[in-house]
Amino acid sequence: MAYKIIVCAKQVPDTNEIKTNPETGTLIRDGVPSILNNDDANALEEALKLKDAYPGTTITVITMGPPQATEMLQECLAMGADDAILLSDRALGGSDTWATSNAIAAGIEKVGEYDIIFAGRQAIDGDTAQVGPQIAEKLGIPQVSYVKEFEIDGKEVTVKRALEDGYEVIKLQTPCLLTAIKELNTPRYMYIKGIYKAMKHDIKVWNAADIGVDLTTVGLKASPTNVFKSFTPKPKGAGQKVAGDTDKELAINLLVGLKEKNII
Amino acid sequence: MNFNLTKEQETVRKMVRKFATNEVEPIAAECDREHRFPVETVEKMAKYGIMGIPYPEEYEGAGGDHVSYAIAVEELSRVCGSTGVICSAHTSLCTWPIFAWGNEEQKKKYVPDLASGRKIGAFGLTEPNAGTDAGGQQTVAVDMGDHYVLNGSKVFITNGGYADTFVIIAMTDKTKGTHGGITAFIVEKGFEGFSIGKTEDKLGICASSTTELIMQDCIVPKENVLGKVGEGFKVALSTLDGGRIGIASQALGIAQGAFDVTVEYMKARKQFGKTLSKFQALQFEMAAMKTQIEAARLLIYRAANFKDLHKEYSEASAMAKLFAGETAMHVTTKCVQFHGGYGYTKDYPVERMMRDAKITEIYEGTSEVQKIVIAGKIFGKK
Repeated sequence: MAYKIIVCAKQVPDTNEIKTNPETGTLIRDGVPSILNNDDANALEEALKLKDAYPGTTITVITMGPPQATEMLQECLAMGADDAILLSDRALGGSDTWATSNAIAAGIEKVGEYDIIFAGRQAIDGDTAQVGPQIAEKLGIPQVSYVKEFEIDGKEVTVKRALEDGYEVIKLQTPCLLTAIKELNTPRYMYIKGIYKAMKHDIKVWNAADIGVDLTTVGLKASPTNVFKSFTPKPKGAGQKVAGDTDKELAINLLVGLKEKNII
Repeated sequence: MNFNLTKEQETVRKMVRKFATNEVEPIAAECDREHRFPVETVEKMAKYGIMGIPYPEEYEGAGGDHVSYAIAVEELSRVCGSTGVICSAHTSLCTWPIFAWGNEEQKKKYVPDLASGRKIGAFGLTEPNAGTDAGGQQTVAVDMGDHYVLNGSKVFITNGGYADTFVIIAMTDKTKGTHGGITAFIVEKGFEGFSIGKTEDKLGICASSTTELIMQDCIVPKENVLGKVGEGFKVALSTLDGGRIGIASQALGIAQGAFDVTVEYMKARKQFGKTLSKFQALQFEMAAMKTQIEAARLLIYRAANFKDLHKEYSEASAMAKLFAGETAMHVTTKCVQFHGGYGYTKDYPVERMMRDAKITEIYEGTSEVQKIVIAGKIFGKK
């Protein structure tokens, strides 16, 4: 059986490379490389594994962002995705998660049929983990977030959903949306051959009119989320290390220390 | 004039750097210490197309160019010089002569397995008494009608112990000497009379397999003559012209890798109350080295670009290798120096890089041979 898969991906600043301006407390984004969001790479990898196992399976990656997001889509294509779509329009700029999911859901409806939508759990720049689930709600399909194991048999999907202290096994039918966490798999690299193909690939760029989205539901003005204030939490003071040669001595020193500070 | 890499070339660098950081760097010191050929890494390189970058897709290559190939060898060598030369010798010294000199049948039979990395390739020119002096070949090939019989041995063969396919140079007519008397053959590991001899114990690139090849009444079918009978010297020289781009890239990668870890070390290491990075004497040395590395890079990409454009690249690749090899040796030696006593220990990678660098001034034509090639362009040959 071959599947039609859609992967939702986002281009994000590489937070490993981000530094904050110590005076203003804001992020210095200049010169920071943009990357394919980590969890989205896991989403794509699961789709690629499915394509490896079921020949004929097709993968379309969809994203919303500025024109430079094509670079991230090219990376997805070089890893093995078949097609890529960029939703890009000034009218979509400044969208919060609700508005973003309106646009992406509209884009997916324009793509047409699909069996599974894989999305990353969350993006490392916003950490909201909302867009994937919101897309499923808007498309009216079942969803499971925090997927760490995935199996498919025909139209029946069985997943393990990670919980803080364990996991739950959930069965659901396609079409459905699943959000991936890093435990799901190890993303592959781009194929060298894929790089040359990706650069020649005609990436579809759709604007708001192309996806027929209601303009009162997208963009900054339509977004119900307003950023009230951004701040950097004050760093905690340096910790104190308790020393001692034996476990007993360590415990005694810890107790003495806590008592001295009137904590216990 | 355009000094910008293409988007494809930039992306190849990004991909290979990530691959090298995740897959190559973590085992580089161990493979060096244990003199272990990283079979698992080579399999992964094959999977992603790193073993056949400049060959067309119809031959199962990646469909890329020689600049991308140079970048890939550079990025692998930045963390492990051995892994860099495994790719370089395979791509430039075995796949290339078959691709460039082979007839259609030979290309169809051998190139797809090599370009896809399913099989590993090696090149046998050097003998105990004939390296650069290819005319002194003692390996002989005798025409027996429908096949040749090869007798002799080759030494210092990169990838020797792990290769399946070899391009072997042998004397077919001693009376004709270098020009007309030497012929290239495609030899498979399983051919009767072919065997692997001694594995060399080397100063550096310890994870690459360097062996002796022994041919004792080795039977090679006639259809495995590569190029025309008597053209072997041309096959060998043209192969080395391209191979030098690979070795220069290896040298560049080693230099860049040592430089990068030294920058980090200098930012962290404190002496006399300040980090090494604050000492102007060291800063100046680093500035000069960065300039030298960048100059080597430009020479290499220029030679690779000439090759892609089908322009004459013999002198360009000789210059690139000469300069990059000397740069690698100079930079890695300085980097060990700047690490002080720590740099001399195996806890830091710079001593390995210094050992790996030396070979780039020796193999595929010593620095002196590169000067012969360049001087030949200035004054003409002999």
